[in-house]
Amino acid sequence: MPRPFTPKIVTANDLLIGDVIYQTADDDWTRDLALAEILTDEADAQLRLLHAERQRDRLVGAYLADVTQGPDGPLPAHFREAFRAKGPSNHHHGKQERASHV
Amino acid sequence: MYDYTDFDRAFLAQRNSQFRAQVARRIDGSLSEEEFRPLRLMNGLYLQLHAYMLRVAVPYGTLSATQIRKLGEISQRWDKGYGHFTTRQNMQFNWPALRDVPDILEALASVGLHSVQTSGNTIRNVTADPFAGAAADEIADPRHLAELIRQWSTDHPEFQFLGRKFKIAVTGSPHDRAVIRSNDIGLRVLERDGALGVQVFVGGGLGRTPLVAQEIRDFLPLDDLLPYLESILTVYNRLGRRDNKWKARIKILVHEHGIDRIRDLVEQEFPQRRATYAPDIVTRQLELVAARFARPDLKSAPIDAFTRAYDADPVFRSWSDTNLAAHRDPDHAIVTISLKAHGATPGDVSADQMNLLADLAERYAHGELRVSPEQNVILPHVHKSDLPALHAALKPAGLATANIGLASDIVACPGMDYCTLATARSIPVAQQIATRVEELKLEHDIGALKIRISGCINACGHHHVGHIGILGLDRAGVENYQITLGGDGTEDTAIGARTGPGFAHEQIVPAIERLIHAYLDLRRDPEEPFLQTLRRLGADPFKAALYPQTAIAAE
Repeated sequence: MPRPFTPKIVTANDLLIGDVIYQTADDDWTRDLALAEILTDEADAQLRLLHAERQRDRLVGAYLADVTQGPDGPLPAHFREAFRAKGPSNHHHGKQERASHV
Repeated sequence: MYDYTDFDRAFLAQRNSQFRAQVARRIDGSLSEEEFRPLRLMNGLYLQLHAYMLRVAVPYGTLSATQIRKLGEISQRWDKGYGHFTTRQNMQFNWPALRDVPDILEALASVGLHSVQTSGNTIRNVTADPFAGAAADEIADPRHLAELIRQWSTDHPEFQFLGRKFKIAVTGSPHDRAVIRSNDIGLRVLERDGALGVQVFVGGGLGRTPLVAQEIRDFLPLDDLLPYLESILTVYNRLGRRDNKWKARIKILVHEHGIDRIRDLVEQEFPQRRATYAPDIVTRQLELVAARFARPDLKSAPIDAFTRAYDADPVFRSWSDTNLAAHRDPDHAIVTISLKAHGATPGDVSADQMNLLADLAERYAHGELRVSPEQNVILPHVHKSDLPALHAALKPAGLATANIGLASDIVACPGMDYCTLATARSIPVAQQIATRVEELKLEHDIGALKIRISGCINACGHHHVGHIGILGLDRAGVENYQITLGGDGTEDTAIGARTGPGFAHEQIVPAIERLIHAYLDLRRDPEEPFLQTLRRLGADPFKAALYPQTAIAAE
């Protein structure tokens, strides 16, 4: 039996600001993980990643990150993604100080 | 302070205008990220976890009051009102926007600062003893050599595409405060038969494969310095591995070929290199460089004010006992200002603090500051009569913590709070240990104890040379911290040995606390420092304290 596919999101850093962004289902980018598009099919995930990688004047370093499905959207599966989604622990900077809009 | 020439200023202006155009081309899409990345790295611009990060070189750790004031201004105007000092004496800004970076570089250039070669596979910012020019035990000011090496290595065409980054550190004292034997090349100034020279070490480094640099030359005349460095770099460039990033540093080359073979190859190369330099030219250049370092005109005054405050004020006395070091002039002191207030981020300094440090450096310290590899700031020349006023001015700014060299004076890399390479956080671990140490009110009783924390195997937090080293790893998706014991970053450089299984994030502070209590129980007397007790007894009694369950099971 094939291993079940772990749901993914496409994430990257914004070219101009450098902050963490997530791809949405309507082909835009959000700074709010809860609004990211959850990809449950491996082939679809690869296509969405390729689509992101073509946007070289918008973002840097797109990749697929594992998530779990939460009640209000995707939740990070790994602590690294949790820190990216929140901001540093020593200063109230990054996403924790910013409203979520693009 | 070194006084930059018109040549330096023109070079920086040209370099910055080049980078401004490169940034514009990246933003308008004419450069891809693959094309832009090496260009931005050559100018110290990284992309980290939450934002870009600009690493500013602080050459050999020396800053003027004007420069630190400018760093504060930059942090307020283009960043988030603070900067972070690293273990290589650099300052990092964690939040610049790409479009602002050319303006930041221009502001830096206005005070002779830059980000050139703070990244990439080049010769990096040369580090030096932070007490340079002031230390009582100094033979010669190592910054003269460091500045000459900076001038020689900046944009050196032969060394822009090395197999890997290359780090050089210099000390002018027998006591090593610059961690020289953990660098690719370490230089120690010596005097022999009335002439100055350097003892040369090669092949040191921390990271995945920690190795202590070995002596390649016991005494190199100063006039041979640059051709000899070129010979080492040529051998490295020719033979160093480029097939595997993890085996590309010169330490691996030295390790694989042996120091004797590397020495032979360097000596074979040396005559040709030497022939390209006119006799005495390096010596003459060094003299020119030295002449541009203004020696402060030290004042002569009674030190009664210091003695009175020392006798009357226990807080001042405690600070004096831990944060002052011997100056070459007995009426002066070298003041280390702790950036490790209990619970603070090691190495972080706010814009307000930078402004205050600039004012105090001007008022009390001939306008000079230093950054230490231990992430503190140093005022190298303070007359003892000014110390009470200086201490009083530092206190309200949170800069008067009396903990230099103690358990809460922790070195930590940015870890996973900022760094893309990190596998775990380091900053909160440092904050929690320092807070706990303060709660226990034991650190002055514990005495000298160097705790070093890295958030990944690259070891920017120098954990291998910590008396207690902590390495944060990702074990199956959970932060896990390994402990090493017995490391030493001084002239007796030693790499710490791993104690055993790692600890979860919430277990690491109690584990360190058990180590501290074990030391207090095991030491021969209060005069025996942690490292000495460890060397006397070995690691076993400390391991028993770290892993009580295992110890019980074994009984």
